[in-house]
Amino acid sequence: MTPHPTAPLLSVDDLVVQYHRPGAPPTRAVAGVSLQVRAGEVVGLVGESGCGKSTLARAVCGLTAPAEGRITYAGTPVRPLRVRRRAPALTGVQMVFQDPYGSLNPRRRVGAQLSDGIRTAAERGEAPDGTSPEDLLTRVGLPASAAERYPQEFSGGQRQRIAIARALAARPRLLVGDEPISALDASAQLQVATLMRSLAVESGAGLLFISHDLSVVRLIADRIAVMYLGRIVETGPTAEVWDEPRHPYTRALLAAVPRPDGAGVLPAELPGDVPDPADPPSGCRFHPRCPQVFDGCDREEPQLIAGGVACRLYTA
Amino acid sequence: MRLSLLKRLPPAWRRPLAVTGGLVAAFWLVIVVAAPLLAPHDPLAQDLPRLAAPGAGHWFGTDELGRDVLSRVLYGARVSIPLALLLVAMSLLAGGVLGACAGFFGRWVDETVMRIADLVFAFPTVILAMVVAAALGASLQNAVLAVLVVSWPSYARVTRGLVMGLRNREFVLSGRLLGFSAWRSLRVDILPNVLGPLLVLATLDIGTATLLLSGLSFLGLGAKPPTAEWGAMVADGTQQFDKWWIGVFPGLAILTVVLAFNFLGDTLRDALDPGTARTIGAEKERVA
Amino acid sequence: MTTATVLEISGLTLDLGGRRILGGVDLAVRPGQVHGLAGESGSGKTMTGLAALGLLPPGARTGGRIELEGTDLLTLPPRQLAALRGRSVSMVFQDPSTSLHPMLSIGHQLTDHLRHHLKLDRKTAKERAAALLTQVRIPNPREALVRYPHQFSGGMRQRIAIAIALACEPKVLIADEPTTALDVTVQAGVLRLLRGLCDDLGLAVLLVTHDLGVMSAIADQVSVMRHGLVVETGPRGRVLTDPQHEYTRTLLDSLPGRSTV
Repeated sequence: MTPHPTAPLLSVDDLVVQYHRPGAPPTRAVAGVSLQVRAGEVVGLVGESGCGKSTLARAVCGLTAPAEGRITYAGTPVRPLRVRRRAPALTGVQMVFQDPYGSLNPRRRVGAQLSDGIRTAAERGEAPDGTSPEDLLTRVGLPASAAERYPQEFSGGQRQRIAIARALAARPRLLVGDEPISALDASAQLQVATLMRSLAVESGAGLLFISHDLSVVRLIADRIAVMYLGRIVETGPTAEVWDEPRHPYTRALLAAVPRPDGAGVLPAELPGDVPDPADPPSGCRFHPRCPQVFDGCDREEPQLIAGGVACRLYTA
Repeated sequence: MRLSLLKRLPPAWRRPLAVTGGLVAAFWLVIVVAAPLLAPHDPLAQDLPRLAAPGAGHWFGTDELGRDVLSRVLYGARVSIPLALLLVAMSLLAGGVLGACAGFFGRWVDETVMRIADLVFAFPTVILAMVVAAALGASLQNAVLAVLVVSWPSYARVTRGLVMGLRNREFVLSGRLLGFSAWRSLRVDILPNVLGPLLVLATLDIGTATLLLSGLSFLGLGAKPPTAEWGAMVADGTQQFDKWWIGVFPGLAILTVVLAFNFLGDTLRDALDPGTARTIGAEKERVA
Repeated sequence: MTTATVLEISGLTLDLGGRRILGGVDLAVRPGQVHGLAGESGSGKTMTGLAALGLLPPGARTGGRIELEGTDLLTLPPRQLAALRGRSVSMVFQDPSTSLHPMLSIGHQLTDHLRHHLKLDRKTAKERAAALLTQVRIPNPREALVRYPHQFSGGMRQRIAIAIALACEPKVLIADEPTTALDVTVQAGVLRLLRGLCDDLGLAVLLVTHDLGVMSAIADQVSVMRHGLVVETGPRGRVLTDPQHEYTRTLLDSLPGRSTV
């Protein structure tokens, strides 16, 4: 187990990630985010497109270099991945990507790609546990014979299971899923999400699950963090956030999800669009769309308070 | 019987141009191997009547030194085609390696390789090849080197583009996250996925390489007399315009080789990348 | 409920390259109603939508009938079909960033359509274009006319695409996953818009979507497709709460919030 059981497995502190476009000021895709994931914990990070959730996921894996702030995994600072190979200590963080059609090499057999993950675990010095690619496939609900086949022979949902198996083969202590279900058929989404949860929790790993779909995240996450335009606006235990959302944005997000209850209720509309992250509004980033905006919201940027919400309604 | 054999081919290879290209290319490859058996005369022997028109005994006529044009065309295949293949293989290797490094490592590696490539691109191909051949001295070997100098950049550019596209693909990133070294990532994840398009380019380029090599010989910068080389033979033909057979037959040989490999390249491209029109319906359905 | 159908598809079959894509689809869409077509990838729902527009992939072989106000689209000569398309039936696609021409202003794209199909003069067309943008609730419609698609957000672009589709006052609108590429908060607005247009203009909407939540929000009738066949059709409330077909039940059970609550 971890040397300090109370220390978070992953700690993100005041992270800022910028994108540079020629001839434009840098875009702060992640604008000061702090987040912790503990071993065995499932954290759901939700938000709409352009909120920076995927950028955060990539930064955690070292695929994007932060401009400010720190990312620490099991006490080791996460270094951005460049030409040099990834430090074995950091291979304990693995990622499942969004596009199941792009995340497997089309020219290699599934078994060979899973073996890569097993080798990664060995190179990190994990005691061999005799896991074979076939075992991994069985664990994700695929026949062992899949190892002999090529990725094209599988559906999107099956490929995503293979991608999960490969990430698991490396015996990660932190699994990051970057919208791993959004490209899948509705019927496969929940299955794949619950599979990720159970496999991560079983192995004692932490899971950072990124999605725009609150209704799925609610079912698999222990804790939810809601992002809007580069900032976390609300975080808390899943049930609390779902049942009693406090931030006006979280409320709007929940009210906008259409429910398949056959009642014909039109979801609530949130006026306006997500602003351009390159030119965020002053003060609270949500204030131009906020139904509960009041005097001062356009000047003062609220910080995430101990209660887990960044809104001036709760500081006054 | 013949039709059923055709039907067994993949659709892209069933079209008339593909079949023609394949047959003509195969024809020339047979000649490369079997020229000594097929040629009626010694290509260098000057023992026939000079400047004889095509007829019995010398079907393609004879040149001004009394050499049999047919035998020289057949032997010429042994010079031009293997050299063109060798040249393309070398360009593919040099351009591929440099382009892959440029695309994968980026930064200064990319800058250096691509600026040199741009420099080569900025010169007219034939003139640059002429300069190199002239500087190194006229010989077939130097002609190959000269064409290599001008032909690697197109491979480098294509490879770089493909590698850059792949470098940020999710499966390549997944590999890197599993701790692949740059070398392993290139070898295992990237190379197998760029090989197809490069092969197409190489096949299309065999024709061009043949043309360039013959061109240099035509200009006197390649094969030295009395070697039977198509470009040099066409040059001989230009000295004797009324004796059309001297230049026309080697010219036709060049033409058919270039066309055949172009057809083959096009076919290979279609086979590897089936036209979008046919798959649009299926694609749309998959997305929905 | 007793209104005559405006679009009636009966026994529609479609074969493509020797494969059966649609195996006899029956659908009836009425004015003022949203008819939802649900199903997973490869179920043939998109192909059904395209067929209703007379847009079929080359080499497709069809059978059955697609009647738009009594005219069978499948037997119509291409010229007449083209005249009908955009005029009586039009379509909104999933991705508004690719369905709008990136190099033409919004006004240009809207007025082109109007002038081509309705033979309006430039000034009237411009008036009508601004009115259409107002109808889909684009702020500052007159200013919007001179702007280009990339200057709008995804939600606004989809509204513009809807305005273009509505330009010639079609009877039927085919909407293929119109909100799938949008964020939920933006989706809500577009769904409200579609429902409103349907109610106010008496438009018949064929809504193709995999999202049963969206279906539940705005569809009156729901048809569920699988393997090129409609397995169940009925009023929204019944199909979603009391599905008769095994497959519909499976689909509903796989949804979050269904299986556990």
